[in-house]
Amino acid sequence: METDVKVFNFQKRELNEVKHRLQREQRQLNIRRFFQSRQAVVGAFLVLLMAAVAILAPVIAPADPLAQTVSNRLAKPGAEHLLGADKLGRDLLSRIIYGARVSMLVGMSVGLSSMILGMIIGLYACYYKVLDNVLMRICDGLSAIPSTLLAIALMAVLGQSTFNVILALSIVYVPRMARVARSAALVVMEQTYIEALRSQGASSFRIIWGHIAPNILSAVVVQASYNFANSIITEAALSFLGVGVPAPQPSWGNILSEGREVINTAWWMIVYPGLATALAVMGTNIFGDGLRDILDPHTN
Amino acid sequence: MHKYVIKRLLSLIPVLFIVSIVIFMLIHLVPGDPAAMMLGEQATPAQIEALRETLGLNEPLVLQYIHWVRDIFRGDLGTSLFMDGTMLEIISTHMVPTLQQTVVAILFATLVGVPLGMLAAIKRGRAADQLISTFSIIGVSMPSFLMGLGLVLLFSVKLGWLPSSGYKEISAYGWWTHIRYMILPGIALGFIELGLIIRMTRSSMLEIMGSDYMRMAKAKGVSRFRLFAKHAMKNALVGIVTVVGLAFISCLGGAAVTETIFNIPGIGKLTLNSVMRRDYEVVQAVVLVVSLLNVLCTLVLDLIYGLIDPRVRLT
Repeated sequence: METDVKVFNFQKRELNEVKHRLQREQRQLNIRRFFQSRQAVVGAFLVLLMAAVAILAPVIAPADPLAQTVSNRLAKPGAEHLLGADKLGRDLLSRIIYGARVSMLVGMSVGLSSMILGMIIGLYACYYKVLDNVLMRICDGLSAIPSTLLAIALMAVLGQSTFNVILALSIVYVPRMARVARSAALVVMEQTYIEALRSQGASSFRIIWGHIAPNILSAVVVQASYNFANSIITEAALSFLGVGVPAPQPSWGNILSEGREVINTAWWMIVYPGLATALAVMGTNIFGDGLRDILDPHTN
Repeated sequence: MHKYVIKRLLSLIPVLFIVSIVIFMLIHLVPGDPAAMMLGEQATPAQIEALRETLGLNEPLVLQYIHWVRDIFRGDLGTSLFMDGTMLEIISTHMVPTLQQTVVAILFATLVGVPLGMLAAIKRGRAADQLISTFSIIGVSMPSFLMGLGLVLLFSVKLGWLPSSGYKEISAYGWWTHIRYMILPGIALGFIELGLIIRMTRSSMLEIMGSDYMRMAKAKGVSRFRLFAKHAMKNALVGIVTVVGLAFISCLGGAAVTETIFNIPGIGKLTLNSVMRRDYEVVQAVVLVVSLLNVLCTLVLDLIYGLIDPRVRLT
């Protein structure tokens, strides 16, 4: 009997070692795949660049983004204002740099909150059949409303502020994440080891968070990266339409909206913030595609 | 097929129920008193009370919802604080420019996207494919407000070829002027869809070209043109119809941006103006109508699916 226990413990230890080794190899493989994928590297570079700009904004911005110099109204790009100035004489480069902060903040917050809430909803919907019908119908209903329109309507009633943009966009993007999490979780639920855990009497909490959640993480992370990109676009669109981040706080969307008024005379007010937005969105999109190729080879 | 249609119709009920609750709740998300917010600071308490009464805000929540839904079934979507006419009239007059713009966008995206996608599939791996695929990535990443502003900057400000903004009715200005004013907004709105259509066409063509029956047809000596035009095209259609249908829906919802840039009095502009004026009932009605259209489009799409591809009906 005692030897049995010893053998059992030995096997358990050995199994654990094998498991850890496999995990380590998988991690190394993922890292190698990541660096082999040109897309992922370029995307990651752009995202990191944007994050760095956002964090270092006070250090690298040449001027105060809110400081107005009336004599420099709509100054052309040049020595004093590298990328020109807007109609209140504010430095455009500094405004774009500070605008990255808003985009990053919104993208990160919406990406994270939709990931956490979406996972909770998706996992519990998958685990409890009663919840499934209710939660998924709510998600269907929310996704039936076109996302831009829902975001505008929510901003209309909540009022303009950066926090409300994050709130509205989270409401828009959580249902999609819940769908992704649920369908990934359904596949995991079919596995034998979940059945084994159940027969051992593992608690539902342990099964859901200890065993299903880690296995759907890759699908969820990929979707979160798309939500990140989409929320940057939608925030810019909302601010452009005048229902997003309120002036005078700079956001790429509201800089572009001011640029639209002077489009005939000041091309730099459109081209530079436009370039920043396009690069950010393209970066996060190809980063997401790269992540998907690495983490989720089946979907490709 | 009948069974399938009925099943799909029944599945709409819970979705529409949730949609209606979300839209109904919108007005209750307004911090403070919605009636006071709508009337602004100069409103007297009596005016606010009167508006609360017309909006039915003094009733219990459940009763408010029931009355709201009952009114919708009677065709009463509420009244605007600022515009004359019934809500349905307001929405349908604003719907016309949006639909015209959407049609231009879809035509542009489909007529350019499908041939490009096919070309990419036929020339798989070669320079043409890489060029087209890169173009589609850029297309998908390009938000419509950027595309719109870029187009205005290039074609109106710099080159002066097309008008930068405005809307000209066909009845008053004729077709030519109308279309001239619609080209830029249409392209701006359709550009993201163009990227998606290229991607979808390419991947479904590739999938089909690798299938057994295509190899069979090739072995039989079917000409290259017939191979693509008849055998591959027909089957790729299923995927393409889906993207085009989805594109239609997203254009309807996303038109707010292009309508702002190009000053088109469409449904998106109506929404935004109502948001600025705190005309909440208009916002609710627009969201309701567009969501309803969305749901119906999705349904029609699924049914078309069933018609093109008999396998769908079985599941």
